[in-house]
Amino acid sequence: MTMVTPNPALSRASEEAQEIRRPFSAKVFGFIRRQPLGTVGIVIVVVITLAGIGANWIAPYNPISDHFSAMLQPPSWQHLLGTDQFGRDILSRIIFGARTALIVGLSSATIGGLSGLVLGVASAYFGGRLDLLIQRVLDIVMAFPLIIMALVIVSVFGTGVDNVIIAITIPLIPRCARVVRSSALSIREVPYIDAARACGFSHARIILRHMVPNVVAPFLIMVTAFVGQAILIEAALSYLGLGVQEPVPDWGLMLQGGAEEYAATAPWIAIFPGLAIMLAVFGANVFGDALRDVLDPRLRDR
Amino acid sequence: MKWKMAAVATGALLGMIGCLGPANAAHQKPRYGGILHYMVAADAPPSFDGHAEGTFATLHPFAPFYSVLIRVNPKTPSNTGDIVCDLCTHMPKPTDHGKTWTFTIRKGVKFTDGTPLTAADVAASWNESIFPPKGVVSVRQKNYIMVKSVAAPNPTTVVFHLKFATSAFLPALADPFAWIYEKKILDKDPHWYDRHVMGSGPFKFAGYQVGQSVKGVRNPDYYHKGLPYLDGFVATFAPKEVVRVDAIRAGRAAIDFRSLSPASAQELKAALDGKIAVQRHDWVCGNLLYFNENKKPFNDARVRRALTLAINRWKGAPALSKIAVVNPTVGGIVYPGSPWAMSKTKLEKIAGFWPNIKKSRAEARKLLKEAGVPHLSFTFINRNVDQPYKYVGTWLVDEWSKIGVHATQRPVPTGPWIASGRSGSYEVYMGAALCRSIPNPPIDVQVVLPHSFNAGNVGYYEDPHAIALYEQMLHETNPQKQHQLLDAFQKYMIGTKAHEIPVVWWYRTVPYRTYLHGWKISPSEYINQDLSHIWFSPPHCGKCSLTPPKTADASPK
Amino acid sequence: MYRYLVKRLLLVIPTLFGAAALVFFLMRLIPGDVCLVRLGAGGATVTAQALHTCHVKLGLDKPLWLQFVLFIWGLFHFNLGISLWSGYPVSYEIATRFPITLEIAIFATVLSIMIAVPAGTISAIKQNSWTDFFVRTFAISGIAMPSFWLGIMTLIGVLNLSQYLTGREWMPPISYIPLLQHPLENLSAVFLPAITVGYQFSAVVMRMTRSAMLEVLREDYIRTARAKGLIERIIINRHALKNSMLPVVTVIGIQFAFLIGGLVVTEQVFNINGLGRLLVEAVQNEDYTLTQGIVLLVVTVFILTNLIIDIVYAWLDPRIRYA
Repeated sequence: MTMVTPNPALSRASEEAQEIRRPFSAKVFGFIRRQPLGTVGIVIVVVITLAGIGANWIAPYNPISDHFSAMLQPPSWQHLLGTDQFGRDILSRIIFGARTALIVGLSSATIGGLSGLVLGVASAYFGGRLDLLIQRVLDIVMAFPLIIMALVIVSVFGTGVDNVIIAITIPLIPRCARVVRSSALSIREVPYIDAARACGFSHARIILRHMVPNVVAPFLIMVTAFVGQAILIEAALSYLGLGVQEPVPDWGLMLQGGAEEYAATAPWIAIFPGLAIMLAVFGANVFGDALRDVLDPRLRDR
Repeated sequence: MKWKMAAVATGALLGMIGCLGPANAAHQKPRYGGILHYMVAADAPPSFDGHAEGTFATLHPFAPFYSVLIRVNPKTPSNTGDIVCDLCTHMPKPTDHGKTWTFTIRKGVKFTDGTPLTAADVAASWNESIFPPKGVVSVRQKNYIMVKSVAAPNPTTVVFHLKFATSAFLPALADPFAWIYEKKILDKDPHWYDRHVMGSGPFKFAGYQVGQSVKGVRNPDYYHKGLPYLDGFVATFAPKEVVRVDAIRAGRAAIDFRSLSPASAQELKAALDGKIAVQRHDWVCGNLLYFNENKKPFNDARVRRALTLAINRWKGAPALSKIAVVNPTVGGIVYPGSPWAMSKTKLEKIAGFWPNIKKSRAEARKLLKEAGVPHLSFTFINRNVDQPYKYVGTWLVDEWSKIGVHATQRPVPTGPWIASGRSGSYEVYMGAALCRSIPNPPIDVQVVLPHSFNAGNVGYYEDPHAIALYEQMLHETNPQKQHQLLDAFQKYMIGTKAHEIPVVWWYRTVPYRTYLHGWKISPSEYINQDLSHIWFSPPHCGKCSLTPPKTADASPK
Repeated sequence: MYRYLVKRLLLVIPTLFGAAALVFFLMRLIPGDVCLVRLGAGGATVTAQALHTCHVKLGLDKPLWLQFVLFIWGLFHFNLGISLWSGYPVSYEIATRFPITLEIAIFATVLSIMIAVPAGTISAIKQNSWTDFFVRTFAISGIAMPSFWLGIMTLIGVLNLSQYLTGREWMPPISYIPLLQHPLENLSAVFLPAITVGYQFSAVVMRMTRSAMLEVLREDYIRTARAKGLIERIIINRHALKNSMLPVVTVIGIQFAFLIGGLVVTEQVFNINGLGRLLVEAVQNEDYTLTQGIVLLVVTVFILTNLIIDIVYAWLDPRIRYA
């Protein structure tokens, strides 16, 4: 769908100019003042990333081994967030779960995004029949709600981290390709591309040197948004029993089965993983918003 | 409520427990009236036809509409060996060296459309199950391989002619799915019963809300005089356990007949102190782990033995029993409550059941090393069902990690689960082949025999010695010797060769509202579900009249 | 305009056909089939003979291409076939579930509009104030929260709260009663799921309202109006709100279309016998015909919504027609 955006707020340009001259620390404080939510997002994303990378050192317990002597313990100094029905430390599972979330979120977002980028740019650059064909195929995939497409695909391939990534990636591709194509289309006809063609540059060179850089901003914004979406879909699939499987530590999985059964008697099992998902997606979203402001000042404050 | 069970099943709960109704129900007279709302732990079943389906999702809502020829005594459902008449007048003695069974059918039984039920209807229903006409599915057909013919020589007599005499016949005939249909309807359209109901049971079909609920009302013409007590029932489908528990908590349902997890029972007892009673019982159902012996290294008995040696069943089963529908008692391939089960001392000599787990795991590591796969890594297929499949699977993964084996659990929905077993595409496979409605151990243990003997086995191996051992046991007539041979057979199958290994047995925990009386638990969720003996105490019974005192014995002997 | 309309309408056909083919073949890639699920679900061993009988009965023994041709042929006659699982016509299966899902979707939409539009507008007017941050945090949290988790928490919360307040526990009815039959029971059944979904929905609408409003507030004609000295309230109500509503309405339309199929998870939590739960059941039972039917319905609703939005846009903004 095409939407007509109004002309950029020109008054902002002078602010930009002023900003460049300010020292770094002032810039940081300026950013925090202007973008408190964005700052929170960045902090959350950084914390989760560090937790995911350093899980082995940070987590107080082994996230997958059962401890039948410590089943269903409420939060205490020993187990800050309590234990689950297998006696596993919930905090440790959440910390290791950050890794799974990052793996699923980042890989499906980047694979989906990159495939979309290739398709979108190719579609826009070559145009004609190829464009038409790609567009129709994308239309078809796009017409399925994300969760339904993922549900069917995961039923075909089976469960597990790898298959969940595939199931989430496929429906993300057309969503990215669409955006990239329209951005790429807008510059296909600009004179310098024509000039490049006239010079006899190869397709690859024109695409990589001229078109791709121009679609990087919307692409990055898109991919950040995908990370949050991917985490949510993964959680939904896991809740349906079709996602990541035990004993892999994973937030969505932690909300399935046991969490519901124990929601009344041992609420900590259900509350904390849910909060972790919420924080992560929240962080990814506001981080994305902030990124958009930085990369695309025209859309600032949207 | 005077009757209280210990909150959590403990090791003390060995053998059969439960099957006692609330203590104060005994000196209260059953009241008439009330509508029973209960939950069915599944999505709506594919059809209403008990002959074509094998799921409790068909049985729980539809069994109250039908009568059967014979059944497990509804007064003592926990003893599945006590088989009594429903539609017949008395249990016959077989003639012709056990090859002919002649049943006399009650007079005055009517279908709810007014048609009298005769022996012809009984014979037609059995013929449909045993010799399905072209295009009609009968899931339990193979249970009746001993039957040569079923005939109704006159309106009150049904005769079963067998190919050979066997003790397996009567339990098979008491199948709770073997509902008696109307011959006239079957003749006209054998698929009619897929989506319609016409029976002679205690309740009359009163409607089906697609995918949601089944309604029944009292059948005033029911032939067991004075039954049923309830005015009607509503069975609601809810696959999610939390929904069923919340429904019982909030008073929207009185019971879920199958089983809830121990945690849910505890939650209900805590939230509704004194308003919840619990019945528990061993469940004739258990998980059996198959190895695909077509795939390396599972063709090596050492590897299979190592994998069973790694499992600490004595510690795991009681622990799992606190969080899953798992029996705290450990058993082999004969269910732990059975007189055919192996004694603990004998069991402890079998690989995988050793009391010293350290020694057991050291042996497992040694065996893996010998087999050349010290760091074995594989995927095992599980069914995508929480209770208890995935709980057990998660536990197994951890147990195996303790001998350095890396296992990945891959739970899949029912379709792919069955398909992967049949196609042999798996490495290790969690099955539920130990589940029975009426246990009959000498026959039931056939499930572990190789494909050439038992077509349903998905282990992909042949072992003539195993078959020889089994046949020797089956034909032994001295019960004591037969038991010993069965023990030896078990030891060979699950210990020496470890073709399949039993993992855990299940355990039923059924919490329900204390105003519900007259329901008794059994070792199978399929038995005793016609609801005719259930009654409510005031005020749930509405008018609560005490009219006709129970005259007729529900099941004359 | 006419040419654009025709072109746009014609594009719907290949998309629908493609979607139908995609579901058809994807479903058949799932290992196993409906007969195995039916016969083996109770743990019984499925004999080859029983399996074959079942295949013949359901028409699954026919070659794949023929099954596909029959499926497409049926579509031309608006015949979605018979559910392989229950034996009811697919259209009947869907028709019994559709009102429930539709009702929840409508309630959720109304609820979210009632919350989102005022909140989004206020947030835009008072940009970067505390109100703005609060609204934005609330909105993004709504997007970030897994809806099923919110559902579980709500259910438990309601149970405990009702016990605390009245001493008796309450939960929504576990089966659906049509609105006209018993309005109160019906409303209490759809109320909680509608809130759960509505919150997430409102979060999306709220963000769109805010950004659309911000954009419009920077337009020249608003400045002119301000310069003329018009009262701020009139500027907002008469000029800004009206002009910012187009993208908002678009988002509401798309979200609503998604809700028809997107209640997959929420319906599980509340045991709602709706389209979403039916779809999950159908996929897990490998009920090809039913899955195809539901997915086609969802896809059609989505495509038609998009079509309407595009046409409205084209009608409002002539530039698009030539783009």
